[in-house]
Amino acid sequence: MAMRYETPATTKEAATLMAKAKGSAFLLAGGTDLLVRMKSGMIEPDLVVDIKHIAATQSIKKSASGFRIGAAVPAAAMGEHPALKKAWPGVVEAANLIGSDQIQSRCTIVGNLCNASPAADSVPALIAAGAKAAIVGPKGRRTVPVEKIVTGPGTMSLKKGEVIEAITLPKRPPKSGDAFLRFIPRTEMDIAVVSAGVSLTLDNKRVVKKARVALGAVAPTVVLVPAAARAIVGSKLTDDVLEKLAAACSAACSPIDDKRGTVEFRTEVAGVLARRAAKIAYQRAGGG
Amino acid sequence: MSAVLVTTTINGDRTEFVCETDETLLDALRNRLGLTGSKEGCGTGDCGACSVTVDGRLVCSCLVLGVEAEGCEVNTIEGMADGDVLHPLQAKFIEHAALQCGICTPGFLMAAKVLLDKNPNPSEVEIRFALAGNLCRCTGYDKIVRAVKAAAKEVRKR
Ligand SMILES: Cc1cc2nc3c(=O)[nH]c(=O)nc-3n(C[C@H](O)[C@H](O)[C@H](O)COP(=O)(O)OP(=O)(O)OC[C@H]3O[C@@H](n4cnc5c(N)ncnc54)[C@H](O)[C@@H]3O)c2cc1C
Ligand code: FES
Ligand code: FES
Repeated sequence: MAMRYETPATTKEAATLMAKAKGSAFLLAGGTDLLVRMKSGMIEPDLVVDIKHIAATQSIKKSASGFRIGAAVPAAAMGEHPALKKAWPGVVEAANLIGSDQIQSRCTIVGNLCNASPAADSVPALIAAGAKAAIVGPKGRRTVPVEKIVTGPGTMSLKKGEVIEAITLPKRPPKSGDAFLRFIPRTEMDIAVVSAGVSLTLDNKRVVKKARVALGAVAPTVVLVPAAARAIVGSKLTDDVLEKLAAACSAACSPIDDKRGTVEFRTEVAGVLARRAAKIAYQRAGGG
Repeated sequence: MSAVLVTTTINGDRTEFVCETDETLLDALRNRLGLTGSKEGCGTGDCGACSVTVDGRLVCSCLVLGVEAEGCEVNTIEGMADGDVLHPLQAKFIEHAALQCGICTPGFLMAAKVLLDKNPNPSEVEIRFALAGNLCRCTGYDKIVRAVKAAAKEVRKR
């Protein structure tokens, strides 16, 4: 059967199209996951709803409550936004690690999230940042923390007809910093073996006041690790504290064994990357 | 049928084509418009042989639907030379023997042009990162990097 292709002008229309769809229906952002799946024959959509003509998905907006990144904004545009880079360098560097320049021109953080891969590069950084998904559905709007969206490899908590319109990042208090690191066997174009995102806010004495730590590719979904955050809150990230952070991260791992990395390797490296990312975030927050 | 009329600007000319809704921009360019400069290496975004620009951004045309190009400006390798005058990148690729079979060449040229348009004085590291989305099975990359450096010098003189 012929595939229907729609370009709604509003998120509400997109949600209605998706809610009413009979056969297999997919939203299209950058298409860098969807087209690969279509061409490999994994999916045969009856309907594709392209969200790139919806005004609310197209821009990055800064407001008193933080940033709002539209669902159709390509990762390359995030890297070209000085204010976003300044406030959330870790989120931007994670998004900019996705694929090549060609992929960057198309790929979005919402597509990255909704591909529901545990190795999605931007997701640990978004979760560490406390990002939220602004969702429009047939029954109205709701806002959900990013860590609540993906429920397992390839599965999500979004209901039929729900469309993510944007990702929001909270207002950044002074003395805050974030960082993202991933391990891959080469320098570009590979899937994360392990990744770690850390976001911190310090007090005036350079003591960590608030922290969020998230790990990628070490469990069925990206995981938020509250124990790792607790290990560093109240500290100045001294070596003994960083040891505890690493241990908490390793303890949160339940990875797979594959050609990219063994269980032991992923478990160990998760701690190492989290420690390094925490140091970078601390420096960026002005901790020195 | 689900054939759709798409109106675009390709290499500066207003161009209309008809394509299926699930047809890629790469297939539309090659099979509908006879623009066979863009190649299909992998069809999955990994090799960059299909690189073109859409509204100024470098993309893999194998991962863009033809219908997504509606209203867009598309540039392909066919638009790189100015009539019979080669772009410095094309001239330097020939001079430095930066190709063997040539399948990857249009994609490398498109990616390199986007780089030089933004940054006419790239370092070797910048060149290699900018070309990381393009694979070549023949040259070993070294000659490609040299050709891009040499072309950058020409571009700076202009
Ligand atoms: C060559 C290549 C290299 C890659 N390298 C990396 C890498 O290094 N790291 C990495 O993490 N990923 C990588 N990827 C995977 C992919 O590029 C990313 O996951 C990308 O962020 C997907 O975004 P997109 O906008 O292209 O998604 P799309 O393909 O448009 O969509 C992905 C999924 O999200 C759904 N979706 C889209 N928009 C919405 C919405 N608004 N609301 C709800 N659901 C939606 C779609 O229906 C689809 O199921 C790579 C892919 C390729 C082809
Ligand atoms: S054919 Fe498009 S990237 Fe290989
Ligand atoms: S010249 Fe043959 S693939 Fe590059």
